[in-house]
Amino acid sequence: MAKIELRGVVKRFGENTVCDGIDLDVSEGEMVCLIGSSGAGKSTLLRCINLLEPIEDGAIFLDGQDISVPGLDPQAVRARIGMVFQSFNLFPHKSALENALLAPRRVRGQSRADILPEVEALFARFGLADRMHNYPDQLSGGQQQRVAIVRALAMRPEVMLFDEITSALDPQLVGEVLDVLLTLKSEGITMVMATHEMGFAREAADKVCFLKDGRIIEEGPAAKLFDHPQHAETQAFLARALK
Amino acid sequence: MPHQQTAGPTRRQIFEARQRRKSLVIASASTITVVVALIVLVPLAPGWSKVQQSFFNGAVLAKSFPKLLDAFMINVMIFAWSAPAIAVLGLLIALARDAKSPALFPLRIFGAAFTDIFRGVPVILTVYLIGFGIPGLGLPRPWNSPYIWGSLALVLTYSAYVAEIFRSGIDSVHKSQRAAALSLGLSERQVMQDVVLPQAVRNVVPAQMNMLIALQKDVSLLSFIGPVEIFRQAGVFKSLMANFTPYVGAAIIFLIVTIPATRYADYLMARQMRERS
Repeated sequence: MAKIELRGVVKRFGENTVCDGIDLDVSEGEMVCLIGSSGAGKSTLLRCINLLEPIEDGAIFLDGQDISVPGLDPQAVRARIGMVFQSFNLFPHKSALENALLAPRRVRGQSRADILPEVEALFARFGLADRMHNYPDQLSGGQQQRVAIVRALAMRPEVMLFDEITSALDPQLVGEVLDVLLTLKSEGITMVMATHEMGFAREAADKVCFLKDGRIIEEGPAAKLFDHPQHAETQAFLARALK
Repeated sequence: MPHQQTAGPTRRQIFEARQRRKSLVIASASTITVVVALIVLVPLAPGWSKVQQSFFNGAVLAKSFPKLLDAFMINVMIFAWSAPAIAVLGLLIALARDAKSPALFPLRIFGAAFTDIFRGVPVILTVYLIGFGIPGLGLPRPWNSPYIWGSLALVLTYSAYVAEIFRSGIDSVHKSQRAAALSLGLSERQVMQDVVLPQAVRNVVPAQMNMLIALQKDVSLLSFIGPVEIFRQAGVFKSLMANFTPYVGAAIIFLIVTIPATRYADYLMARQMRERS
């Protein structure tokens, strides 16, 4: 049984079908990269997995449990799935540390003292120990995005979703964020990421899915998909993306 | 030719310094002209001596000023208990209007009706209707006090405006903040309480400052239903001394309070604009 299974997921915004029957399996500890042009449905798919968007049809399973049942309380599911956004979305009125402490305290009901050592260790591990007490607007983009990752990790998620997390960064800051992902991969956390970083996807992903118009056109191991794409559309996209 | 760093000001700095001097000279000249014109021309008006006598009478001002200050303390007192009540009620109304749960639907309707009614009626009418109407029910002391019902009228009216400002503040928090908070597993209520509201309140502080300033002035409307606050006290002096100077004295006292407050609100507004740009 896969960690996450998507079966025929359909998502529409009005007349606009953004996910058009998506099937996808993500195994425990696997890193899956979603690639494709803007508007292909990558971000929306991630938001559906996290139940930020209700789906029109199909089903999403987490550890075999259908989490897309209408009316299901999404909170418990979201607490198990971490998400990091393109624009960081840190809470500007809280310090980096308070950003990370909020959910463990509120959602899991832990006391500040209980959770503090673990969260401080997370900051230290990602080179943010001396930035912990800064506010988001005092941090660089790369630092903010690493704080956002720490904030998600503080909930000890079983799955992490990354939504184009390097797209808003200056090129020289992309590396420090991607390094964090490699660390997480080595720890065996299950990850799904939408990305335009083809080099990273090829190097780090276990599986790559190419999306177009809300469908998975082609999926496979990174080396195979990048070196021997089977579909003409994949070939055309890669030719443009890797130019 | 290689670029040479010359000592002293650059061409641009010299140009700008000259521009600044020029503007300063023009501004000073025009200000002086206007002031001199006022000082010379106004006293030439045929009724000036009468106006000076009845509005700017030093002796009357000196005599009435201490009592006016005492009366102003009543304004301050009414303001001091009304403002916190307005903040709390305004926030509750704002939250009620955005309540999503169907069980809270009556609250939404109530919130909408409340803001429509109290924004739609002139303050003075609300003060009259509540200030005279409720004590008219024959309530025992101290519940027939115009202080209570007059203050309530102010609280109801201002809460309606303050609630709308809070709502605009809530709307001003980007929805990606909500998504981020929800994705961490927070409940709708926690998202509002821990993430949206603190940012919303901070965003509307300057706008709410302006409401406080307006409230400080509107406290005087309670004079129409009884309390001898500064406006009423000035009226008493006017009748006693057959002179309007006490009103000018009252205006001066208001300005002493409202000008710094207005400047501070403008400063907060300007700072917020800078932060957002």
